[in-house]
Amino acid sequence: MTDTPHEGRSALHRAVSSVGRFADAQWRFARDCIIAFGGLVDLLRETLRWCVEGIIRPRGRLGRATLLQQMVRVGVRSIGIVVLVQIFIGIIIALQMAPTLQQYGQLERVADVVGIAVVRELGPLITAIVLSGFAGASIAAEIGSMVEGEEIKALRAHAMNPVRFLVVPRFVATVIMLTGLSVIADLVGVIGGMITAVFVLDLGAEVYVEFTRQALKLSDFYGGLAKAAVFGVTISMIACYEGFNVKGGAEGVGRATTATVVKSIVSLIAVDVVFTIVFYVFKI
Amino acid sequence: MDSNAVISIRDAVKSFPDRDGEPVRVLDGVSFEIHRGETLVIMGGSGCGKSTLLNCLIGEYRIDGGSIAYHTSDMDRPRDLAAVDEVELDRIRQRFGILFQSGALFNSLTVSENVALPLREHTSVDPAVIDIIVTLKLQQVKMLPHRDKMPSQLSGGQKKRAGLARATALDPEILFYDEPSAGLDPVTSAAIDELMMDFSKKLHVTSVVVTHEMDSAFRIADRMVMLEKGRVLRIGKREEFEQLRDADPGTLLGDAEQLLHQFLNGASTGPLTDRDGLSMFEKLIIQG
Repeated sequence: MTDTPHEGRSALHRAVSSVGRFADAQWRFARDCIIAFGGLVDLLRETLRWCVEGIIRPRGRLGRATLLQQMVRVGVRSIGIVVLVQIFIGIIIALQMAPTLQQYGQLERVADVVGIAVVRELGPLITAIVLSGFAGASIAAEIGSMVEGEEIKALRAHAMNPVRFLVVPRFVATVIMLTGLSVIADLVGVIGGMITAVFVLDLGAEVYVEFTRQALKLSDFYGGLAKAAVFGVTISMIACYEGFNVKGGAEGVGRATTATVVKSIVSLIAVDVVFTIVFYVFKI
Repeated sequence: MDSNAVISIRDAVKSFPDRDGEPVRVLDGVSFEIHRGETLVIMGGSGCGKSTLLNCLIGEYRIDGGSIAYHTSDMDRPRDLAAVDEVELDRIRQRFGILFQSGALFNSLTVSENVALPLREHTSVDPAVIDIIVTLKLQQVKMLPHRDKMPSQLSGGQKKRAGLARATALDPEILFYDEPSAGLDPVTSAAIDELMMDFSKKLHVTSVVVTHEMDSAFRIADRMVMLEKGRVLRIGKREEFEQLRDADPGTLLGDAEQLLHQFLNGASTGPLTDRDGLSMFEKLIIQG
């Protein structure tokens, strides 16, 4: 179909064309989302297959060395920034809640609020968001550069599966390290709240620890860790998928890193909503 | 399939969707055979389908129709790439090596680790023996002094040499070269050509070279294939192509010969540039 020159069109024609173009754009967006979701599921399925294969038939030091390298890159190098952010989160929650709790004469309950908010929700979520920018973007950029440099093609041509060689170590490292970092995040977040309670709200450290202990159940902690593991799956899959689908040279690599961060954050929040609904329904 | 053929391509068809999702044929019924031990040069202008054909030959793309049959020395019967599963495809891949345009070395590994990788992955050879093999392979391409360097520390020619050492790590029967002279100065390009001829003569490998560098092509080829619009325009011995290149344009019969003559001589005027698709403006620029 050829476009009629703009000047010759009636107002009705232009309006209908605009609606058509809008609908077409929405359809393309929806189609792209469905294709990307299918690709992600496919990548996850293949990654899990190679993980199982790796457990049944471990293949020497190459995989382990890469895994350790990735764990350092994803996890160890992120510890500083996670600690800093979680201390701030602990301080913010304590200061935000203190005036309201004071009104009800329940200032000690600031420990409950900080503990539950950090351990159930903000520890894993904020750590995952930090990691999506810190590790997710770098994984996408690294794999994208390998696509552009024909390294992925070279792997396949040498009969080496890129999912096994590149995705599996990054997937396992992200899941393990995000879960581990969440434990640190929980602890540091609570400490941030305690620092505020002791130095600003004049509460005793023992009182704060006791209230935190009473408020938190073991299931809160495990629930948070389960979330963190799924967040790790989400970030690593999105980052690897975006990396593998890089097109258009350096500009494409840049687009992939941005897309990884944006899509990861949206997906993390969506996954968190699902977790929260499930936890609410099953009273976990 | 000819008993001397190591690869037989029959009516290979490959299409890719355009922006509207309509399939566009990039390979349109390509047929020819690659003989054991020969150096075959695949050439053609940009967009003629030679890179797609190479990608189909190495199993990167699956063809939509026809067949690409391999018959390496370890096979009791020819295996069609279009019909094999991933496991079988990987087994076939271990029988060939590829030198990529950019070298495609793994940037996170040193030169020697790059060469050792296929050996570590596909053999159960002792690490000490792997080290000896790596030393030999690097010696063959004169890269031994650079064995501990990272790819980022190498020049373009050195990357290709290291890539060649990696491609030959498993002693392949077939070597594919994707634009081996691209981006190299004439001296380095000639040195790479020498290495390719060395491998053909000493190791008796079959070489398949995709290039549009005519000097290099005439130096190394036993036979040549010219692709045009996804089809084989001409296949023959190097001498036939040399005759065509040096022929007086007035004695050439038909469009195909005229087109080949223009391509082989790198002339700016001729049927290649007079085809539909060129605007009047472009024609004026080309004709000066």
